[in-house]
Amino acid sequence: MSDFTLTLIKLAFLAVLWLFVIAAVGVIRADLFGSKAATKAASRAANRAARAVQQRPPKAAARPPQGAPQGAPQGPPPRGGQRGGGGPSKLVVVQGERTGTVIDLTGVPITIGRANDSTLIVTDDYASSRHARLYAQDGQWIVEDLGSTNGTYLGRTKVTRPMPVPPGVPIRIGKTVIELRK
Amino acid sequence: MHALGEQIRAQIPYQRRNAASLALLVFAMVLTLAAFAEVGLARDGSIPGGLFGYGGGLVVMALIAYAVQLRFAPFADPLLLPLAVALNGIGMAMIYRLDLDTSADHKAAEIAGKKVLKDAADAPGQLIWTFVGIALFVVAIAIMRDTSKPDAKLSFTPKTAQRYTYMIGLGAIIMLLLPIVPGVGAEINGARVWISVGGFSVQPGEFAKLMLVAFFAGYLVNKRQAMSLIGKKIGPLSLPRARDLGPIVVIWLFCLGVLFMQKDLGTALLYFGLFVSMLYIATQRVSWVMIGVGLLALAVFVVTLLPFMQHVNQRIDIWQNPKPYFDGGCLMHNGKVVPVNPNTDIFKQAKVTLEAKAQQQEAAGQKATAMQTRLVGPGWWACTKMGGEYSDSAQLMKGMFALGQGSVLGTGLGQGKPWLTPLSFSDFIFDSMGEELGLTGLMTLLLMYALIVQRGMKTAVAARDPYLKLFAGGVSFVLALQVFVIVGGVTRLIPLTGLTTPFLSQGGSSLMANWILIAILVRMSHDARKPAPQAIQDEGMTQIVSLR
Repeated sequence: MSDFTLTLIKLAFLAVLWLFVIAAVGVIRADLFGSKAATKAASRAANRAARAVQQRPPKAAARPPQGAPQGAPQGPPPRGGQRGGGGPSKLVVVQGERTGTVIDLTGVPITIGRANDSTLIVTDDYASSRHARLYAQDGQWIVEDLGSTNGTYLGRTKVTRPMPVPPGVPIRIGKTVIELRK
Repeated sequence: MHALGEQIRAQIPYQRRNAASLALLVFAMVLTLAAFAEVGLARDGSIPGGLFGYGGGLVVMALIAYAVQLRFAPFADPLLLPLAVALNGIGMAMIYRLDLDTSADHKAAEIAGKKVLKDAADAPGQLIWTFVGIALFVVAIAIMRDTSKPDAKLSFTPKTAQRYTYMIGLGAIIMLLLPIVPGVGAEINGARVWISVGGFSVQPGEFAKLMLVAFFAGYLVNKRQAMSLIGKKIGPLSLPRARDLGPIVVIWLFCLGVLFMQKDLGTALLYFGLFVSMLYIATQRVSWVMIGVGLLALAVFVVTLLPFMQHVNQRIDIWQNPKPYFDGGCLMHNGKVVPVNPNTDIFKQAKVTLEAKAQQQEAAGQKATAMQTRLVGPGWWACTKMGGEYSDSAQLMKGMFALGQGSVLGTGLGQGKPWLTPLSFSDFIFDSMGEELGLTGLMTLLLMYALIVQRGMKTAVAARDPYLKLFAGGVSFVLALQVFVIVGGVTRLIPLTGLTTPFLSQGGSSLMANWILIAILVRMSHDARKPAPQAIQDEGMTQIVSLR
């Protein structure tokens, strides 16, 4: 084999090596920002949900939130509500043991506490096992204290009854502080 | 059961990425086959026969591994398996290539009756160990069940290890100490880190690494709050209580012990770095890192002062100034290096003396003793007579020459002479890669390691259980540190210490341990990324959820 061919083969192999690494990074990139296909599928689903909402108003919206603390609305509320309405899209832990944790708000209620089955588990001596709950209603997120020992604070006010949570206002649970963000 | 809380998962986009995983896996196989093809084309101008044996074997194993991952861990991270396969494949191509060159020399040397190095590049062996490694991966994925079902019968998850924290810690220490036990342990190439089991030599340290991670994770999960909150504050440092500091001191002393008994600086560094990093992950206190680094510095300082730990001094000396040691150098107690390479008079005299001694013994009828006398290196013998410490930097320097030969683009696979470096197939495989792939190729190898570590850390971030978080973080860090120690060593960034290059180096223990490591990460990433169980009916106090 001529030297020239061998050089070409060598360069081709190096190129394949780099392409492999670039492809791997591409997969991560899709993980971070979502692949095109996934984004399309999500927007399609959101449109469908929005249409469904227009046809049939959800039951959950009609019920008063004080009704039942545990058995409250579990059916996923309209996905379109939080996407189209510009409401908060994620919950961020800004202080405490789990700082940096981000949970996507998809419409399902979020429970916070020390119990293992909580959505956000806080390992904190000042938190109760079932401390608080966040749920969506009419495109708004509501925080509700579940009878915790040390209380839940929205901004500086103690949460005594379900209160709507504006984006960016800190919710304090024991030593953990969470925020809703757009 | 896990009903309400599991409904939403932290941030991770939990769609399956199996198509991406398969595509990358196929790419990794193409990479391996291309490497084999390049070796053949460069050497004989045709596709080599090894392509079908070695490349084909790896492809079949990788596809089986993929199928098992698809079945038992469908939400697993898409990158881990393809990256491991790619590294393993490229490593095997390099070993195959070295084997082609050295096996011929070997046979010629054997026929000529010359002294042969005990171990050499062994491509068939590496293929068998790859089989075993991937088989272990498959078995581990299949038997480790979802961590959300710890109560199921015969379930074994990464979390099961938490129940046996101290047993595992004890096991790790026993594994580490086994090579020192006479009868079981074996010394190969100057390091006593091997045990021989039924004809095979196994490096228990590779497995002890994983067990130590499990032990540290279990220990720190319980102690981290006390460690991070209680203690005196002195300036910017918060000094912990003695009872919390105790374990780290014990581990520190233990690592020193390993270093001392096995003359294995790299392993000691690896374990200590692992413990410090896991402390940091658990407590989030920089003071622990400072205490750890301070203790390490103290240890190195103390060791260099001890007269019977001269070889550590020598390692550092060789690192700073390898030239006088080329082909043999003798470090005297006054700190001077006397060269004893084959061109020096000392060496020649020693050779003559040794030969005379051997002949005398032969004449006296002691054939076995004479044989042994002939095997003694004249350089080493002369140096010991002078009361110095003998060492040879030829390996390190030849490795550096190989890197220089490769320069930016490399010579191309099959076109360099990487086998000139001793141990070019194991400790120095990174330099061999550097010669034939050049800096351009080395960068991709390092990036592949970086990606594996990044995916591991990502798994740790996504894990919900603090134990699994620490486990995944520790496992990824130990891989990163190992790559740093060995690659830094062979490129003369830090003093050279013998560790295996994960997935690239020839060696069964290393391959097996690293494949298990990948299996653990795959299982944990599946658990972290899988979607939460969905409620089947809409409301009510009691929820029925599907856990599948």
